[in-house]
Amino acid sequence: MDKNISFTLKVWRQAGPKAKGAFETYQMKDIPGDTSFLEMLDILNEQLIEQGKEPVVFDHDCREGICGMCSLYINGHPHGPATGATTCQIYMRRFKDGDVITVEPWRSAGFPVIKDLMVDRSAYDKIMQAGGYVSVRTGQPQDANAILIPKQNADEAMDAASCIGCGACVAACKNGSAMLFVSAKVSQLALLPQGRPEAARRAKAMVAKMEELGFGNCTNTRACEAECPKCVSITHIARLNREFIKAKLAD
Amino acid sequence: MWLINSTVGRKVVMSVTGVALVLFLTFHMAMNLVALISAEGYNMICEFLGANWYALVATAGLAALFVIHIIYAFWLTVQNRKARGNVRYAVEERRKDKVEWASQRMLPLGIIVILGLGLHLAHFWAKMQLPEIMHMSGAHLDAATMANVTNGVYHIQVTFSCIINVVLYLVWLAALWFHLNHGFWSAMQTLGWNNQVWLNRWICISKIYTTIVVLGFAAVVIAFYVQSLMGGCGACC
Repeated sequence: MDKNISFTLKVWRQAGPKAKGAFETYQMKDIPGDTSFLEMLDILNEQLIEQGKEPVVFDHDCREGICGMCSLYINGHPHGPATGATTCQIYMRRFKDGDVITVEPWRSAGFPVIKDLMVDRSAYDKIMQAGGYVSVRTGQPQDANAILIPKQNADEAMDAASCIGCGACVAACKNGSAMLFVSAKVSQLALLPQGRPEAARRAKAMVAKMEELGFGNCTNTRACEAECPKCVSITHIARLNREFIKAKLAD
Repeated sequence: MWLINSTVGRKVVMSVTGVALVLFLTFHMAMNLVALISAEGYNMICEFLGANWYALVATAGLAALFVIHIIYAFWLTVQNRKARGNVRYAVEERRKDKVEWASQRMLPLGIIVILGLGLHLAHFWAKMQLPEIMHMSGAHLDAATMANVTNGVYHIQVTFSCIINVVLYLVWLAALWFHLNHGFWSAMQTLGWNNQVWLNRWICISKIYTTIVVLGFAAVVIAFYVQSLMGGCGACC
């Protein structure tokens, strides 16, 4: 069994999108190390409700690292100190007794704060709607061996498809660029034969949408890749660039 | 025009101008090394690249590359700061094993490079090609200036006999090393010429290539400083 720890929690509180936010400090006492970070926030919220105060608003859903809903910027890292893990997969045993833990929302012009720690990530949905799909009528599922796909391509497409669209890449990027997300969504289809017919249109449409929504330009700092809970590689960004440049030159 | 209107296009412009400037630096470094081998040979190059039409066209092209690269750098930085939003993180940490120091500071490093370039133009270009151009366009310059317009070795000796210049040039070269270290592989990445295998190769090639280029420049600076010490005029400035 892990020890219980006590620590100081600094949480960003903001009443609404236009309101001015500020940090509030909470003292957390005797939290078991086996508590997940989100459960710890649940404990805080129960305390706040008991005290008649407004609970902290934060996004969460599956709590097993696959939905991409949780989105906290903990102690200077999106999804906290662990690598290859989402916020919901962080446990309090990672922290020490007496620590100060700072929790902020994603900060980017593309992801405005809705309330407290919750940000509006519908920009990602809009980018997907711009072209992140295959619109051919595929009909009945075919036999798995009907379309041959090299193992390496299948693997890389799968790696790209592991992106859960949480927005950590934008949160980590000093330029607020969504290139890692867009490149993963372009790559997962560009690598497969079913995605090829629309590859050029997709790359152009998704990049244009990304820019329209106010995301920045990629300067290859690799901060996104370092913080991505699914370890999506920036080589997908190179593929996106390649697809985009080819499409523009063909025009 | 996608090179202006699209985010990838703007980065392509940065990459292409950047790679062209790296090539220029390579040639420049190679020519500088001639000064170590043969003073006469170096001055022949200076004469060849004086105010001749081909050298002037190349100089104008080079200046255009610099200007485009710099304008785009500021333009992209302004856009990126806007995209980051108005509120900054209270606590911000980088995973230092993954995120290069230089990659986060390309603009400040670039500004040091421009400042160094200004100094460098004052030390050499303003005493060599510029007087020639002015002379050709009818201005009267004194004989001492005109006598040395193609005497590159003389200007190298004068500049690098001063310890302050030597230090400034070495700082400039260090900033250039960091700037190119990230810039080189980053350009390949932006042009889409990268994959899982080549990512680490490009990063390694960048390190080796930029180290060779910067050491080539530094060798000339240090060699001429040492030479000036041995000639007994180490404190000319």
